[in-house]
Amino acid sequence: MTTAIIRTTTKILAPLILVFGSYIILHGHLTPGGGFQGGAVFASGLALLIVANNKEKVKELFDKVPLSQLESLGALGFLGIGALGLMGYTFLKNVIADSGFLFGAPTPKGINPGYLNTGGTLSYLNIFVGTKVLAGLTSIVLIFFLILRRERDEW
Amino acid sequence: MRRALGLFAFLSFVIFLLAAAISLRPFGEPPHAEMDTYFIEHAQEEASANNVVTSVVFDYRGFDTLGEATVLFTAVSGVLMALRHYGGKEK
Repeated sequence: MTTAIIRTTTKILAPLILVFGSYIILHGHLTPGGGFQGGAVFASGLALLIVANNKEKVKELFDKVPLSQLESLGALGFLGIGALGLMGYTFLKNVIADSGFLFGAPTPKGINPGYLNTGGTLSYLNIFVGTKVLAGLTSIVLIFFLILRRERDEW
Repeated sequence: MRRALGLFAFLSFVIFLLAAAISLRPFGEPPHAEMDTYFIEHAQEEASANNVVTSVVFDYRGFDTLGEATVLFTAVSGVLMALRHYGGKEK
C-alpha cells in the first residue's frame, strides 16, 4: 500500500524515529529506556522504510546494509565487554567505571541531572545490545516482506 | 463420577484463589524491602549509573540480558533458517 501519503509521511517521520532510537540507546544509563528499547524504536523506523517502499526500492536500499554482520557484532561485543571484567574480577564486572576512558568519568553521588560521560561498561553494553536488537528485528521484518509478500507486490 | 470430580477440582481451585487473594499484602508494602533500599542507595557508586533500572538490568542481573540477547539471536536464526528455502526458489 505505497500511496503518496504514506511515502511522504515516511520521508518526514523515519529520520526522526531513527534519531530518537539512537538517543534512547546512547542515554540508556541516564533516562528511561536502554539498549533493547532503543533498538526496537530504531528497528521500527527501518520497518517503516521497508513497508512504505515497493520491493525493488527496498532491495536497493537494504542491499549494502550488513544486518547479519551487525547482529553478530552486537552479540560478540556484549560477550567481549563482559569478558573485560575477567581481568581480576568476575564476568560482567564494571571495570571501566571511574577509569577516565570514554564513558569512564566518576558518577556524582546523590541527586543530580546525570552526565553522559559516566556509566562505565553499561553504556558500551547498551550500544552493543541496541545494535543487535535493531539488526535482528529489521532482518525479521525484511525477510517477511521480501519472501512472504512476493506474490502480492502490487497491493 | 467425572462431573463430580471436575466440580470438586473446580471448587477447590476457586477456594484456593479466593484465599490467596484475601491473604495478599496491601499494595505498596512488600514484606522484604531491604533489596530495593540497597539498590537505591548503592547503585550510583557500585554500578556507576544514574538510572537504577539500567544498573539492575546490565550490572546486577547482566546474565539476564545475555539470555535475552541469546533468545533474540535464536529467533532471528530460526526465521532465516526456516524461510531461506522460499527465498532461494525465487532466483
